[in-house]
Amino acid sequence: MSKNTLYGIFDCELVLLEAVKEIRANKIEIKEVYSPFPIHGLDQALGLKETRMAITAFIYGCIGLSLAALMIYNIMIIDWPQNIGGKPNFTFYHNMPAFIPIMFECTVLFAAHLMSITYLIRNGLYPGAVSDCPDPRTTDDKFLMEIEVEGDLAALKAMLTKTGATEINEKDA
Amino acid sequence: MHKESEIRDPLILGNKTYHDITKDIAFPVEGKANKYWWILFSLSFVLFLWGVVSMAYTIGTGIGSWGLNKTVNWAWDITNFVWWIGIGHAGTLISAVLLLFRQKWRMSINRSAEAMTIFGVAQAALFPLIHMGRPWLAYYVFPIPNQFGSLWVNFNSPLLWDVFAISTYFSVSVVFWYIGLIPDFAMLRDRMSAKTAPMKKQLYSFLSFGWSGKAKHWQRFEEVSLVLAGLATPLVFSVHSIVSMDFATSIIPGWHTTIFPPYFVLGALFSGFAMVETLLIIMRKVVNMEAYITIKHIEYMNIIILLTGSLVGTAYITELFMSWYSGVEFEQYAFLNRATGPYWWAYAIMMTCNVLTPQLYWFSSIRKSFIATFILSIFVNIGMWFERFVIIVTSLHRDYLPSAWTMFSPTFIDIGIYLGTIGFFFVLFLLYARTFPVIAQAELKSIVKSSGSEYKNKK
Repeated sequence: MSKNTLYGIFDCELVLLEAVKEIRANKIEIKEVYSPFPIHGLDQALGLKETRMAITAFIYGCIGLSLAALMIYNIMIIDWPQNIGGKPNFTFYHNMPAFIPIMFECTVLFAAHLMSITYLIRNGLYPGAVSDCPDPRTTDDKFLMEIEVEGDLAALKAMLTKTGATEINEKDA
Repeated sequence: MHKESEIRDPLILGNKTYHDITKDIAFPVEGKANKYWWILFSLSFVLFLWGVVSMAYTIGTGIGSWGLNKTVNWAWDITNFVWWIGIGHAGTLISAVLLLFRQKWRMSINRSAEAMTIFGVAQAALFPLIHMGRPWLAYYVFPIPNQFGSLWVNFNSPLLWDVFAISTYFSVSVVFWYIGLIPDFAMLRDRMSAKTAPMKKQLYSFLSFGWSGKAKHWQRFEEVSLVLAGLATPLVFSVHSIVSMDFATSIIPGWHTTIFPPYFVLGALFSGFAMVETLLIIMRKVVNMEAYITIKHIEYMNIIILLTGSLVGTAYITELFMSWYSGVEFEQYAFLNRATGPYWWAYAIMMTCNVLTPQLYWFSSIRKSFIATFILSIFVNIGMWFERFVIIVTSLHRDYLPSAWTMFSPTFIDIGIYLGTIGFFFVLFLLYARTFPVIAQAELKSIVKSSGSEYKNKK
């Protein structure tokens, strides 16, 4: 039997959230939900895993901190030590108080930029990418639930209507 | 859904639905500019051109065209630099610190405040660039070995810290701004018709990076915003602390004080919020955002101005006390000369505009008035410019030997560059107001059902 794709359109995020819970309770898999703004609790309701963006930021920050320390150590201690205002220049740790600002800035620089790039890559966002959202109204005021069904289409339609969908569309084959 | 106390005033007026918000935010982009926009734009553009001519003249003939002299060797340019950097601080404070504190009122104003930050920091960056004299050698500030051997930049110097702090601040602000803009560009893209506005549709399609609004994407969006806010918060405080260390780590009486970092950060927030008010009070009229930028938003900002203004006043008095208490006569003279010397008038303007007039915000009628707020915000902008002028010029103009004592007066070129950056700033901001979604509409929609007027009145 061929697969059909149904789009249930909702007007209110609270109705949608309840609908997601009810439909998943009936063991029906929801393929995707498109919304104009973040809905709190939707990720749990859909059973999405927690995102690891914050962990990547921490790792990138550590990389930034290490690279900054390495750069400053090479420049100020190894390559060209200079007597600047009598500050100790033979060991890194003696001179470090003066290096802290730049080490901090590099940590933030790496964490923020690399996390944002990771975010774009993971979401498949890049200049010129084409949106795969089935209905352009979902960036305005509609919430869309995408369900793939094998079998009883009418029962699912009835359930969508019962849970509050204002419009149900079928994907054009 | 957010829960919110019923007695709080609504943050969105006029019973807006989601679609109304979409229409209102898209209106300035889709519609034609009105008369006020063209008047403001033409004025700013003329100033900008004056600035371009002055900068070209400076680069062509050298820094001798400025009013600097051997004694006052840092004046107008660094005053403007610090002023613009300070203005840049409110944007990130609103978008980052207020996000961490879950202040919902930031949502109507964060986009424009961040735009102001980015444009303000860009103006600030122009000043050190021109002051180099040979701006094409600006890459010398970065840690790359130059062609004369392994001559590196000095990591002990606050001026190099500044290079890192400001470039990080600028680029992280741009990224933070853009991450938030992507869903809003997608909204504009989906509203544009491929038939009537094909170019615009293509442009916003390109800018929106193919955003579709999937649940997983929103989940990542929220976490990335939160982490960026967490990273940007210490960044805001570090940037102006480091700017203040350009002065505080020197041994000039009047600069050599440990109070500088917190004092500069507070001053930056103070002036930044004043500039946000100046801009938003104009913008809400010019692009019809009265329902979103309400008197409540203005009042919240006024309270922050009152607080930071009072703290800045405390810092001024602490400085005076510490110079007396230090028992060092040079330190004592520096401050006595500030208040009573030949630049007493600059000190008086600073004290009046930064310490006295913001105290009017204790009155609720003034705090809740657009006109009074607009006037007082201009006062703060002026006062904070004079604060930097007072710190920089009065500390330098009485040098160690009385034979070197002198005064500073700006030349036509100095004034041209300063006004030019103001023109450039407004040119950028006005273009932004016509092409960008000026309010973070996606985030704003998420609070309609807790902070919108319709839901408030139901209760």
